[in-house]
Amino acid sequence: MMTSFLFRALDARAGLFLIILLALTVAIPASNLLLPETSPLHVPTYAVTLMGKYLTYALLALSVDLVWGYCGILSLGHGAFFALGGYAMGMYLMRQIGSRGVYGDPLLPDFMVFLNWKELPWYWYGFDMFPFAAIMVLFVPGLLAFVFGWFAFRSRVTGVYLSIITQALTYALLLAFFRNDMGFGGNNGLTDFKDILGFDVQADSTRAGLFIASGLALALCFLLCRALTRSKLGKVLVAVRDAESRTRFLGYRVEHYKLFVWTISAMMAGIAGALYVPQVGIINPGEFSPANSIEVVIWVAVGGRGTLIGPVIGAVLVNFAKTWFTAALPDIWLFALGGLFLGVTLFLPKGIVGTVSQGWSALRQRSASAAYEAGSDEPPGSPDAPADVSHKRASSDASPQPAE
Amino acid sequence: MSRQTSLLYLDGVSVSFDGFKALNDLSLVIAEGEMRAIIGPNGAGKTTMMDVITGKTRPDTGEVYFNGVVDLTGEDEAAIAELGIGRKFQKPTVFESHTVWDNLELALKAPRGPFATLFHVISGGEKKRIEDLLELIRLGDKRNELAANLSHGQKQWLEIGMLLAQDPKLLLVDEPAAGMTDAETAETAELLKDIAQTHSVVVVEHDMTFVRSLGVKVTVLHEGSVLAEGSLDHVSADERVVEVYLGR
Ligand SMILES: Nc1ncnc2c1ncn2[C@@H]1O[C@H](COP(=O)(O)OP(=O)(O)OP(=O)(O)O)[C@@H](O)[C@H]1O
Ligand SMILES: [Mg+2]
Repeated sequence: MMTSFLFRALDARAGLFLIILLALTVAIPASNLLLPETSPLHVPTYAVTLMGKYLTYALLALSVDLVWGYCGILSLGHGAFFALGGYAMGMYLMRQIGSRGVYGDPLLPDFMVFLNWKELPWYWYGFDMFPFAAIMVLFVPGLLAFVFGWFAFRSRVTGVYLSIITQALTYALLLAFFRNDMGFGGNNGLTDFKDILGFDVQADSTRAGLFIASGLALALCFLLCRALTRSKLGKVLVAVRDAESRTRFLGYRVEHYKLFVWTISAMMAGIAGALYVPQVGIINPGEFSPANSIEVVIWVAVGGRGTLIGPVIGAVLVNFAKTWFTAALPDIWLFALGGLFLGVTLFLPKGIVGTVSQGWSALRQRSASAAYEAGSDEPPGSPDAPADVSHKRASSDASPQPAE
Repeated sequence: MSRQTSLLYLDGVSVSFDGFKALNDLSLVIAEGEMRAIIGPNGAGKTTMMDVITGKTRPDTGEVYFNGVVDLTGEDEAAIAELGIGRKFQKPTVFESHTVWDNLELALKAPRGPFATLFHVISGGEKKRIEDLLELIRLGDKRNELAANLSHGQKQWLEIGMLLAQDPKLLLVDEPAAGMTDAETAETAELLKDIAQTHSVVVVEHDMTFVRSLGVKVTVLHEGSVLAEGSLDHVSADERVVEVYLGR
């Protein structure tokens, strides 16, 4: 059962994607650690960290695609799950500082000493242990998503209304985490980390390790998403996306399906956040900002919604552009992003990956027709099936129609 | 007929939308194994009646019972479908970005929970069943085609196939012949008659030739309640029916 479940996840395209991803996951840290700095192939540490950050963004985008691309739930609040995973990791990293903080308190993080707190709040217990923190990385976003989804999906909140309340969710958390008395470092968040699992967070080898961990997490989550979306459950999800009420009349409990992918997706976002924090060295309430969540949706749209590979490519490309723009032309980045989104929705409604695979099958169709005209006996399509039919067919790995 | 011995039992059902009574004290009883045709002018409440039976719309007043004992007004769409009531919509609704095969596979009677479908591996028996249905609805050569690329009539047939795949006790079929050629309409009538051998069927249709060829008891709805009931000849002889419906 399990093997057929995983076996289903792989086909040529997914396999190729995974091979490239894993090759980069090995090659980039290897070149950083093994090649001398003078070598033209040496990747500097700052670049490893930057790309590691992109990988965590890619994982976040993947998690959004799972719910938006396959189940039609347009989440404008996934940044909240990402940030919660990040905070869980940040709390572990804070506890690792121990008495090396400015105030030297063995138990309390600096910001608590500064606020004159005498005791560690109960919800900080256990975060000195990595396994506990790792479980919380999954559990906290998962629980929030479950509770939120339970109410939202049972009351059949859909479409724009759902998107709006996801924005409200992340905004509410933003305000809450800004408060000092919440016990999460308020405005400044959690920072000044020293080590993770006993390794210095600043060390080249640790950075390489975090990069590898991000690459592996992305690969595993990609496989999981593939397996989910290609199972019968995945077909039900697409059915829900395209005709929710029809799916109910077939006897499927739509709210259970939504809750299932929604919770899994939130946990994936949590993992992304947890890998992000040690690489950037800080987590603060800004990560909850509603604009962040909207940006993720843009990455997915640019890469190609409902393709799983697309969001990964979209996240990396857009963030690469962002890094370049904010250094070269900082003032126009937001305009460029807005323009990009408009351009993609107008001219590439299927995103980069959707458009490429569509073009590819159109090309194949054309060469098939050419072969037919050149005298092969098999017609390129049955006479009653118009030529464009096969394009739709070939690019049909559930890519949604643009107007949704 | 009493409630206990009926398959479907509606009594005094009323539904209003913003004060407009779409169903007005509607009572209707369908027996086990029966096929019934429902006719009535546009806006008579035929589709609304199906909405009430399948849990899409809650009645303001009245009773709706399935199998004599199950109160349908307390159940939601998924539960009612699981009880064995299948529905074909007036506007054909199939899953457009799925293939014909996948549409049937999704409809096929099987456990409906997320964990059941997650680990589902299609069995030989299920494949056979889908093959049989494909043949019945004559879409065998279109099995890998996206449902979006089917003609209107083919979508209607696919939806009937999906209905059969669910293997319900009661089929509610809303205007199955709409948009079909005369030949297709005749074939659809034959198909439904076949289905009625083993299922209970309620079929709504405007096409009188179609209704006549079914040769079953007819219920005429008008302004949300039953105007007349009986054989087609009997109801077409009824003056009130002629006035509201056939006479136009
Ligand atoms: N959700 C709704 N909101 C408001 N009015 C509605 C709604 N659904 C149906 N109605 C109204 O109720 C009346 C009955 O509609 P219904 O669709 O049941 O008619 P019908 O008998 O199926 O007609 P047709 O033959 O055109 O399909 C119509 O006047 C319709 O406008
Ligand atoms: Mg109707």
